[in-house]
Amino acid sequence: MNPLLLAIDTETVIAKLVLIVIVISASLVIAMYETYAERKVAAFIQDRIGPNRAGPFGILQPLADGLKLFMKEEIIPATSNKFLFILGPCLAMLTAMMTSAIIPWGNKIEVFGRTVDLQIADVNIGILYVFGVVSMGVYGIMIGGWASNNKFSLLAAIRGASQIISYELAMGLSLIALLMLTGSLSLRTIVMQQMEPGHFWNIVYQPLGFLIFLVCAFAECNRTPFDLSEAENELNFGYHQEYSSMKLGFYLFAEYVNMFISSAIMATLFFGGYDMPFVNEAALSPNVAAAVGIAALMAKIIFFIFLFMWVRWTIPRFRYDQLMNLGWRGLIPLALANMLITGAVILWLHK
Amino acid sequence: MEALTNRVKVMERKPMTFVEKIYLWNIMKGMMITLKHFFKKKATIKYPEQKRPFSPVWRGLQILNRDEEGRERCTACGLCAVACPAEAITMEAAEREPGEENLYREEKYAAKYEINMLRCIFCGLCEEACPKDAIYLSETFTPSNYTRESFIYNKSDLLIPDPKTDPQGFAKARGNRAKKEEV
Amino acid sequence: MNATQGLFWFLSALAIGSALMVVTSKNLVYSVLYLIVTFFAISGHYILLNAQFLAIVNLIVYAGAIMVLFLFVIMLMNLNTETEAQRKRWLKFAGAIAGGCLLLVMVATLKRADYKSYTAQTSQGDIGLINNLGMALFKEYVVPFEISSILFLSAMVGAVVIGKRD
Repeated sequence: MNPLLLAIDTETVIAKLVLIVIVISASLVIAMYETYAERKVAAFIQDRIGPNRAGPFGILQPLADGLKLFMKEEIIPATSNKFLFILGPCLAMLTAMMTSAIIPWGNKIEVFGRTVDLQIADVNIGILYVFGVVSMGVYGIMIGGWASNNKFSLLAAIRGASQIISYELAMGLSLIALLMLTGSLSLRTIVMQQMEPGHFWNIVYQPLGFLIFLVCAFAECNRTPFDLSEAENELNFGYHQEYSSMKLGFYLFAEYVNMFISSAIMATLFFGGYDMPFVNEAALSPNVAAAVGIAALMAKIIFFIFLFMWVRWTIPRFRYDQLMNLGWRGLIPLALANMLITGAVILWLHK
Repeated sequence: MEALTNRVKVMERKPMTFVEKIYLWNIMKGMMITLKHFFKKKATIKYPEQKRPFSPVWRGLQILNRDEEGRERCTACGLCAVACPAEAITMEAAEREPGEENLYREEKYAAKYEINMLRCIFCGLCEEACPKDAIYLSETFTPSNYTRESFIYNKSDLLIPDPKTDPQGFAKARGNRAKKEEV
Repeated sequence: MNATQGLFWFLSALAIGSALMVVTSKNLVYSVLYLIVTFFAISGHYILLNAQFLAIVNLIVYAGAIMVLFLFVIMLMNLNTETEAQRKRWLKFAGAIAGGCLLLVMVATLKRADYKSYTAQTSQGDIGLINNLGMALFKEYVVPFEISSILFLSAMVGAVVIGKRD
């Protein structure tokens, strides 16, 4: 037995592996159906019906789309950097999936007489891990854009990367206020605090922080109105212009996975995670409580995903200078002010 | 420069108010509008199952008409070809042989009749020019094919089904439009 | 050799190997990417020491932000092997001598350093956890911490001033 894995027995390893498989496949399936939802929402907002041919209500459309992407010819441009060209979409997908590790999907469940945490890893650094992974996500865009050896892709990659690192700052600052309230980085602890009786969801204490976080999440996911890095009509699809087949599919998919994960994080941080309002989970048996919790979390996530799409089909894209102005002159000072006020209030209440 | 009309509207470029600068309120308003559209009745017509009713003056692909006994009406006079602004119609005339009276109504008929549907602009002038009521614009539209050659429709593509042997096909090919005109 | 040792040797080899590749690879973009790999290996070492906070901050700040800016500049300037200017021979010698001197100094210090009495605590030390680190930084070392943040602030102001000039 090695000291690193000393505290872990085989069953825990198996439980974790099963959980990982479930979470990963669930995120992929949800991302798949997000593409369907996106098309449906777009259609409904534009007074259309949307995909309705493949299966009832077009429910099999994502499968058809996926199959199409797999069947398409794989093209690697002759002047591109082959290794990096392939590494780009891999990184994008990898970083998108990695974030799901620390999200608590529900409370504990009991299977075969064992209690299993519905969280892959409750690491000490919690939310910072998300930031670390998100900041790695830039490389998927940058490497892909550069390796394509195409000016449009490069421009889009640079736009996207600078956008992401700019908004990461405001995002982190807006979270600091929240972390001052909770006093913990662990997502599970944050959820537990919100579930305590007499304690409201964090959105009540941090409305401004949530607003800043929401805007930054839009920017981090490259969603409209901040989709400058894949602006179809300005940059010919941006950094993934040269990509085809499943490599393109990975980029598009990573975006949807990111959307899912950031919705989950917003729900966890500000909307009580797996907390079902007006239900006392402690009174229920653990498995029922876990099911209720997962359902509540999923409902919140679906609402946020809908919000992402709703905004996308309402607001036009920002201009680049507007984007940078909003990030650096709008959100960062606002987040700093929010942080100072929160700190002051906490000090005042403790006196 | 003096304004030519009195309809000029001077744009007011006021500085943005505080609410406009915050931008969120206006985004909310916009999102409410899109949400309203989300629940609106959809304008889509599910095409193959559901079809749009045709206007009485709709002009689709041409058909060559037959009379009640199933004889071709066309006499290959060439007036349609002359009237055609796109020069899409060509024909070759032939004389009716004895014994072919049940095929052709007049003693002259079109042995070859071709319309290039890629040239045709569906103006309906051929229909207006025809003295024998032989060419019609039907309600068929959006033909599709793999080659350009197949869009040169010959007689077998254009002729309406025989009303005696296939009355349903005949009625379908004539459509509602022809009926209205006959009334 | 147990898993921790195996990981340690693997990460060390990775760190040193990719650090060498940073210096030797001809393409600047590859250099930056190898540097990122180096940072990852170092973060791995931090995690082995149970210093999760340091590990992730290393990733966020260095690999996630600073290296992106490096990549930015390199990609925008489109530097590659063809456009790279041939360096003068004496410059290479000077570089080698300077680097050698640094190595000499480091070896000399490390040789005299008393490292025997310190053993790295793998996966059980808790000084790298955020709680203890925060306590240390904001209680014992609050003055140096604040001074260094003022240093950063002045650097930022300087950057803004330079950027504003034209």
